[in-house]
Amino acid sequence: MTTKLFGEPVRRREDARLITGRGRYVDDIGHTALAAAFVRSPHAHARIVDIDVDAALDVEGLVAIYTYEDLTGPLAEPLPVLIPHPQLHAPRTGYPLASGEVNHVGEPVAMVVATDRYVAEDACDRIVVTYEELPAVVGVDAARAARSAVHEEIPDNVAAVHHQETGDVEAALATAPRTLSFTQYIERSASMPLEGKGVHARWDADDGSLRVHTSTQASTSVRAAIAAKLQLSLDQVEVIAPDVGGGFGVKIVHPWPEELLVPMAAIALGREVKWTEDRREHFIGSAHERQQRQEITVGYDDDGRLVALDVHIWHDNGAYTPYGIIVPIVTATQLVGPYVIPTYRVKVESVYTNTVIVTPYRGAGRPQGCYAMERTMDRIADVLGLDRAEVRARNLIRPDQFPYDHHLTFQDGRPVIYDSGDYPGLLDKLKALVGWEDAEAMRRDAEARGTLLGVGMALYVEGTGPGPYEGGHVQVLGSGKVLVSTGLTSQGQGHETVLAQIVATELGVPIEDIEVTTGDTRRFGYAVGTFASRAAVMSGNAVALAARGVREKALRIAADVLEADPGDLEIDEGLVQVRGTPGAAVPLRTVAVLSNPLRYAFDEAARQATQFATHDDSKPPVAEDDEPGLEFRDYYSPLRSTFASGAHAAVVEIDPATFEIDVVRYAVVHDCGNVVNPMIVEGQVHGGVAQGVGGALYERMAYDADGQLQNASFMDFLMPYASEVPDVDIDHQQTPSPLNPLGIKGAGEAGVIPGTAAIASAIEDATGRRITRMPIAPSELFDLVNDESAERTAASARRAGTGTMPAGTMPAGVRTTGVRTTGVRTTGGGA
Amino acid sequence: MTPVDAERTVSLTVNGVPREATVPVRRLLSDALRHDLGLTGTHVGCEHGVCGACTVLVDGAPVRSCLVLAVQVDGRSVRTVEGLARDDGRGGQLLHPVQEAFRECHALQCGFCTPGFLMTIAAGLEARDAAEEISEEEVDDMVGGNLCRCTGYANIKKAVRHAAAAMREDAR
Ligand code: FES
Ligand code: FES
Repeated sequence: MTTKLFGEPVRRREDARLITGRGRYVDDIGHTALAAAFVRSPHAHARIVDIDVDAALDVEGLVAIYTYEDLTGPLAEPLPVLIPHPQLHAPRTGYPLASGEVNHVGEPVAMVVATDRYVAEDACDRIVVTYEELPAVVGVDAARAARSAVHEEIPDNVAAVHHQETGDVEAALATAPRTLSFTQYIERSASMPLEGKGVHARWDADDGSLRVHTSTQASTSVRAAIAAKLQLSLDQVEVIAPDVGGGFGVKIVHPWPEELLVPMAAIALGREVKWTEDRREHFIGSAHERQQRQEITVGYDDDGRLVALDVHIWHDNGAYTPYGIIVPIVTATQLVGPYVIPTYRVKVESVYTNTVIVTPYRGAGRPQGCYAMERTMDRIADVLGLDRAEVRARNLIRPDQFPYDHHLTFQDGRPVIYDSGDYPGLLDKLKALVGWEDAEAMRRDAEARGTLLGVGMALYVEGTGPGPYEGGHVQVLGSGKVLVSTGLTSQGQGHETVLAQIVATELGVPIEDIEVTTGDTRRFGYAVGTFASRAAVMSGNAVALAARGVREKALRIAADVLEADPGDLEIDEGLVQVRGTPGAAVPLRTVAVLSNPLRYAFDEAARQATQFATHDDSKPPVAEDDEPGLEFRDYYSPLRSTFASGAHAAVVEIDPATFEIDVVRYAVVHDCGNVVNPMIVEGQVHGGVAQGVGGALYERMAYDADGQLQNASFMDFLMPYASEVPDVDIDHQQTPSPLNPLGIKGAGEAGVIPGTAAIASAIEDATGRRITRMPIAPSELFDLVNDESAERTAASARRAGTGTMPAGTMPAGVRTTGVRTTGVRTTGGGA
Repeated sequence: MTPVDAERTVSLTVNGVPREATVPVRRLLSDALRHDLGLTGTHVGCEHGVCGACTVLVDGAPVRSCLVLAVQVDGRSVRTVEGLARDDGRGGQLLHPVQEAFRECHALQCGFCTPGFLMTIAAGLEARDAAEEISEEEVDDMVGGNLCRCTGYANIKKAVRHAAAAMREDAR
């Protein structure tokens, strides 16, 4: 049966347009639109003394200039705190255009609208803004020290203190047979989709309607925000996420200033207006993620079993907190991973700095949590002289312990109760896949070749598919075409294909007949958005339920026509038939026609449903509890999140001359429950791993002490090219989720989560030096290895003389002078 | 010195069709293709020559159209992703082997980098002896200069091998 497509590697339906240049991204829309450009703050922290636009007024082609003074009503108020939380005691957000003060380089100060972008930028160049500079707070440690404040009224720079505990951690630590404490850092990175943000707005003055295309992950909520801020009624505003060139989290934040200002200008000017973010704007005017300082104390016994874990994190949230404390909460709650932790306490202090805001980037706090937990496991193993895999194995939640309650509260306000999983299974598969037991042999072989080799692993559990809900609508047309829509948006994950597979399977129609629309409020007005690996779980189940509704109705109508019992009917290849009775069948498209009793016959098909063509005088044409049309709308709202899991291992080789770090092998075992399309899931894993490797070795936001982002271009921010991404070996495990009808868990973020932890572990294994700051560049590794005072691992002492790097004394023939390889150095980190 | 907004009329061949555009001398080729000629298949990811999303073929050779002025291609021939497929002579399109391979191998996700990869790889494949088996070095070379944030490149490399194999089949 060709319609049973669930689980098949169906080729993507979005590709036909995307490989022929017929995709439709925001900047492909509105060729006659006016162009917007922004004057952005060149200072990290300053008061605006004056904005002089006079010189710009002469620019030919200038249409309008807006500053804060021009904003009225709700637009003149601060941007919303999207996700309020009781522990976010001092939330701050910016204004669409700066009001008196700027808090990071890149904050928008003025908007120019002109005939084209070149002209708009000419005018921007001529606007003179006078600033009075204020001291800048850059980096977690500077924020903690609080020698100056980002927001005057918040002298300690602390926006929120998030706190959870599952017992008396101090008592548990006091009686633990062993404890160890350490501090580690993780740097800033960013989603960095290849398409930046962009907004196009068209106002129809005649019917008072606004149509906005925006490169967003949350079109329904952008719509509500625009309506609220521009004081329009919701039905006057439509928001469409067209093809979106990647999101990875940054586009879940909304409304961006530009999402409000561009529609505002379109209405004021009565013209189409468009803004397309350029790359530098994206670096300094959107969002970053990841930066944390982590202080960890763990209590454990002589066998390496955890007794208690106490974690104190300082999280840099940048200048504002529009996305609340989601990233801190996710770190705090996902840190526990696949392990039994008898007593756990976590405190995250979220602090302001004069840098770009920090909001979710693929993983959304999970990579940091995984880094904390997994590096703790490595340390315990090191102290006890145990195999790192063995220490992990001793602490894993067993398959018979599900549902497993961690007694924590997740980012959706729901309990962290793991639904299903087989973590020992993951670990066994990973060891086999990477050849964990052969590590010593690999190491000796590498040594013979003159390089240092190390292996590392990291395990994770990922809460996916949080609520509150998503919806789906399925409609069969008289032509046989099946329209499917969901409000959730797509940024390349292949939702058109996956949702079509689900509907084809549920409804029994050929996939070719199915057309899927996502992220278009004209088609589906209720939605939450695409984040937290929730699309397949949420919209997948919602459209499955909607398809089941359509199927039930189709069988009921067809049963009448075929004079059969609905229970005896099946739908296959778009044909409703009596099971086992060839010939007794009616096409679904005919059922669709019959579902809508007509007075007027506008075409041949409609004729069948007109009032003189149907004869059952005993019932009204539309039954009392029924409605016309073969369509159904349904929603999926889960009790709580599903929990996907996985295990990664990295093998690195380090060149003792250049300190180049080469990830020579990367192994992934992952479990996201039932899989709708394995090809797409593997694609997600590949992409996630590339971002994980980038985050571990190359990507960082290099802020200087003045809050200037030194590497705001693709030239200097080192995103991996193909040459930096290792080949990935993937193995699968499937533990279906008992929580939803399809048994699926999310897969979008998994690939990125353990990268930093696994690679740090591998580098530590190779060099014998404790790795406490990630990402790590070759130059930093060089310095670390040559620093006499750098902490050595116990394993390296045990292995002394067998290939660990001694400080200062490089292997014969290796010159160390002048070796400084790539990697942008930074002062903006914890230092 | 010519002012930056002085206009020039540029005549060029785009995807085999003679086209003309009157543009300010500072207009980038990428912008001229997208906004003056309406060929939005060419994408702009960085506008500083690093990502390769804007790659088009000028007289057959891959060029980053964000680093070229429209006036520089006066009289030249430009091929964009819209011109990669051929007419099949029956009103339809015959995809280029690399387009087929991208779909078959799941070498794209958001599709934003895709036109740049397709053009670079198409040029690479068309410039080599199709009868020869492709080497890993050649594959690395063809994909090595473009950024993709979605795919992790594995499937893009696979697509190059797949396309090369298809072209080899045809060459026999
Ligand atoms: S847009 Fe031209 S290379 Fe990036
Ligand atoms: S497919 Fe999205 S950037 Fe390559």
